[in-house]
Amino acid sequence: MKDTVEIRWHGRGGQGAKTAALLLADVCFKHGKNVQGFPEYGPERMGAPITAYNRISDNELRVHSNIYDPDYVVVVDETLLETIDVTAGLSESGAIIINTPRPKEEIIPHLKGYKGAVYTIDARRISEETLGKYFPNSPMLAATVAVSNVMEKEEFLKQMEDSYRHKFSKKPEVIEGNMQALRMTFEEVQ
Amino acid sequence: MGIRERLSGNEAVAYAIKQVNPDVMPAFPITPSTEIPQIVASYIANGEMDTEFIPVESEHSAMSATIGASAAGARALTATSSCGMALMWELLYVAASNRLPLALTLVNRALSGPININCDHSDSMGARDSGWIQVYAENNQEVYDNFIQAYRISEHKDVHLPIMICQDGFITSHALANIELLEDDKVKQFVGEYTPENFLLNSKEPMSLGPYAVSNYYMETKKAQTEAMKNAKKVILDVGKEFGEMSGRTYGFFEEYRLEDADYAVVIIGSAAGTTKDAIDQLRSQGKKVGLLKLRVFRPFPDKEIADALRNCKAIGIMDRSESFSGQAGPLTAEVTAALYRYKVDSNIVSYIYGLGGRDYRAEDALEVFSELEDVTVNGKEIEQFRYIGLRSR
Repeated sequence: MKDTVEIRWHGRGGQGAKTAALLLADVCFKHGKNVQGFPEYGPERMGAPITAYNRISDNELRVHSNIYDPDYVVVVDETLLETIDVTAGLSESGAIIINTPRPKEEIIPHLKGYKGAVYTIDARRISEETLGKYFPNSPMLAATVAVSNVMEKEEFLKQMEDSYRHKFSKKPEVIEGNMQALRMTFEEVQ
Repeated sequence: MGIRERLSGNEAVAYAIKQVNPDVMPAFPITPSTEIPQIVASYIANGEMDTEFIPVESEHSAMSATIGASAAGARALTATSSCGMALMWELLYVAASNRLPLALTLVNRALSGPININCDHSDSMGARDSGWIQVYAENNQEVYDNFIQAYRISEHKDVHLPIMICQDGFITSHALANIELLEDDKVKQFVGEYTPENFLLNSKEPMSLGPYAVSNYYMETKKAQTEAMKNAKKVILDVGKEFGEMSGRTYGFFEEYRLEDADYAVVIIGSAAGTTKDAIDQLRSQGKKVGLLKLRVFRPFPDKEIADALRNCKAIGIMDRSESFSGQAGPLTAEVTAALYRYKVDSNIVSYIYGLGGRDYRAEDALEVFSELEDVTVNGKEIEQFRYIGLRSR
């Protein structure tokens, strides 16, 4: 792993890409890392494209610019592939992770010749099966951890369980669903 | 040892406010500072602090109520950004001239127009002549530390001036990052109780505040303000040193990063300093003698100290995140250049405007500035002395 891992998230307002970036920062912080998690703010509204970023490092993070040459890109909404240049600057030794039910072969032609690794995950199905609703956050977070190796999967599951217990202390019934979403993602991301 | 945490800049300031637990906080929401009163209001609702929160109907009223509370003898503060501060304008001068030691946590944002919610320093730089102490931060840690030092500076008997604790809108205010917090009792002990000398609710010594001053008196109040501002220099250094003894993080007027033997220097304020440091490390590894002066305190202006720190530089790029439309420099450049002239530092000065309205400032921008400074000095390249960087090419 190089000194600093840089991740760029593409989503639409209201889908939780910003929250996912903050959650990733949070879990890596608990893992002992130096972290940054920040959104790029514009005139935000539901459904509009948004970008969020993560830096994760063993060293002090001083840079405060956006990320132009990420190691990983996460696409929370696949309709963005048609309007946003999601692979711009993406390292070919890194990877792109896309939320889609479609097979990889159908997605690759939309990636403007990107030669690095491509991973897909059907976050909608996993979320609907485990939580009964469409919350792509947990699956996308798990897929990002699995692909980027920013931390061990077991450690990640343990930290997330702690977080969910804290966050959903008044709704314990959703904890197991979220944990199941993470585990299913680990098995299905490809 | 402090407490390892991760907080955004707004969360960090709100946490510092909770630990200081001032008496009164009137506030009106405006992006990107809204979270500060919002989080403080939650702390109060949860019984974690007992500050009197006053929801007001405008920023003009927010500053008026803060002034009223401070005049009555309370430790008071408010928070705002951009146009919110513009609406406080006349009251900024009232707070300073009445010598009220209140605090404003400002989250820097561009002024309209065009309307824009992102970072630049045009709000606080516009208020540079209002008589407030101004302290800026590179990151969440610094804005937290600065707020904890705020009242120790503003309430000092030789100062008695309002203080503005600034951070960069969104860039630090909304970015989650690691931070080291101090224990509550340490903060309490450091800040201490507020015992105002003169205050309106003191029935034993009735006084009047904010009266009309005829020409026979007005000018003396201005001289008194300027003396207080000069006194603030020593107090800021003393408090920054004492804070360092407590926390391990010592603060002065500015931070010098690899500046001691630098031929080429950048002078900058706020979060862009961190990005510049990365560029400097990159250039140093190639043998280039480059460094940074990150200004923390803009009011009072540490002119001689800046001149001394930059005395041996062959070229200096001074970076402004706000316009002043003089057509020749931004406000930081104008003041640094005046200081260099007064203290007879002869160097090539280039004035740069960057990052207006949230335009991203990248390490590549800093590399370009250093390369230009070298080109001007070594090759005698003639460039426009007042430049914009990071403009769109199409």
